[in-house]
Amino acid sequence: MNFARTLALGAMVLLVTIAIAAPARADETQVKIDNFTFNPQQITVKAGATVVWTNGDDIPHTVTSKTMAFRSKALDTDDKFSFTFATPGKYDYFCSLHPHMTGTIVVETATGSAAPP
Amino acid sequence: MTERDDGLNRRKVLECMTWAGTGVLWTVAGGVPTSLGIIDEAVAAQQKGFTFLQISDSHMGFDKPANPNAKGTLEEAIARVRALPVKPSFMIHTGDISHLSKPSEFDDAEHIISQARLDVHYVPGEHDLLDEEQGKLYRDRYGRGTKGAGWYSFDADGVHFIGLVNVVDLKAGGLGNLGAEQLAWLEDDVKGRASSQPIVVFAHIPLWSVYPDWGWGTQDSERALSFLKRFGSVTVLNGHIHQVMQKVEGNVTFHTARSTAFPQPAPGAAPSPGPMKVEDAKLRSMLGVASINFKQGDERLAIIDTPLQS
Repeated sequence: MNFARTLALGAMVLLVTIAIAAPARADETQVKIDNFTFNPQQITVKAGATVVWTNGDDIPHTVTSKTMAFRSKALDTDDKFSFTFATPGKYDYFCSLHPHMTGTIVVETATGSAAPP
Repeated sequence: MTERDDGLNRRKVLECMTWAGTGVLWTVAGGVPTSLGIIDEAVAAQQKGFTFLQISDSHMGFDKPANPNAKGTLEEAIARVRALPVKPSFMIHTGDISHLSKPSEFDDAEHIISQARLDVHYVPGEHDLLDEEQGKLYRDRYGRGTKGAGWYSFDADGVHFIGLVNVVDLKAGGLGNLGAEQLAWLEDDVKGRASSQPIVVFAHIPLWSVYPDWGWGTQDSERALSFLKRFGSVTVLNGHIHQVMQKVEGNVTFHTARSTAFPQPAPGAAPSPGPMKVEDAKLRSMLGVASINFKQGDERLAIIDTPLQS
């Protein structure tokens, strides 16, 4: 009985811990769009990570992969777009409205080895 | 008249007055658009030739600090157009009608601009193609009789007008783009025309290299202009940069019009080309329209940029 109760309590603590951690998930990386630039312009994440872009400009922008691996709608001010990178590799993207705005996401294998070129 | 006099005149004529918030009034005289320094001159020119208006970058739906009431300033611009002493022949709109391509934004633009009671020839800006189907809403409303993404040409009073689309299929790291299909169409469109016929080209993004760092240029514009080299009078009218800029290169005059919605900084004068917040009292001096007058016998069209408020 006591053992079962401890187990249940332990599971609850675990759940609470997960719930508290959720708002700042370790596998979520932020890219801010400001002054017609992607910030940071290049980032490296682990496979399975989610990247969230937020538009801080008063002009709409898009997040568009060069190979169309992902493509956001037009993001108005404060709109967000997120994409989860399951496969290691190098992902170049740009704003399809202002194509001089470019950025890169490098995705490493989940174990941390460098992405294949 | 000596060549030198002509040159000086031209320069004088090409000085652009700034009316804030209205449009650009163009006069076509003898094949070349020219800008007139003062409204009296413009009126005089209008009586001799024919005049059309350029309006640009209405951005219906924009409500940010740089101008919380873009609808109001468009209404003011159209009121100015209606008050012109001589009615222009028609109007061209060089894109960014809407801010986010929403049907309600196109509705507002249509409602306000129609009050000018003029025919309007549109080309899209990048803000007009943001719907799911990337421009279907624009083409359904404005694209009748156009080719491809919405390019076309027409003749008026002996002048050949060409509306181009350089906001589609933009490439990473690149600038405005016309594309092979449109260039082939353009080459064919001007083939067989007399070199003496005045040409007016209009498109959203400048067809000259204004400031590539901010994307203010069109990567294949040189190719387009090569088809127009033999013509004695070519006038290129653009929007996109929300300020008046002009360049003359041989027989080609390049001109950009003000927005009616919000100003943008001069090239390199700010960290980015985003909307520029100015004092309320100054805003209307930085918005406007242009009028263009054409007179047979003159080499250049007369362009007057008029702000909503001097």
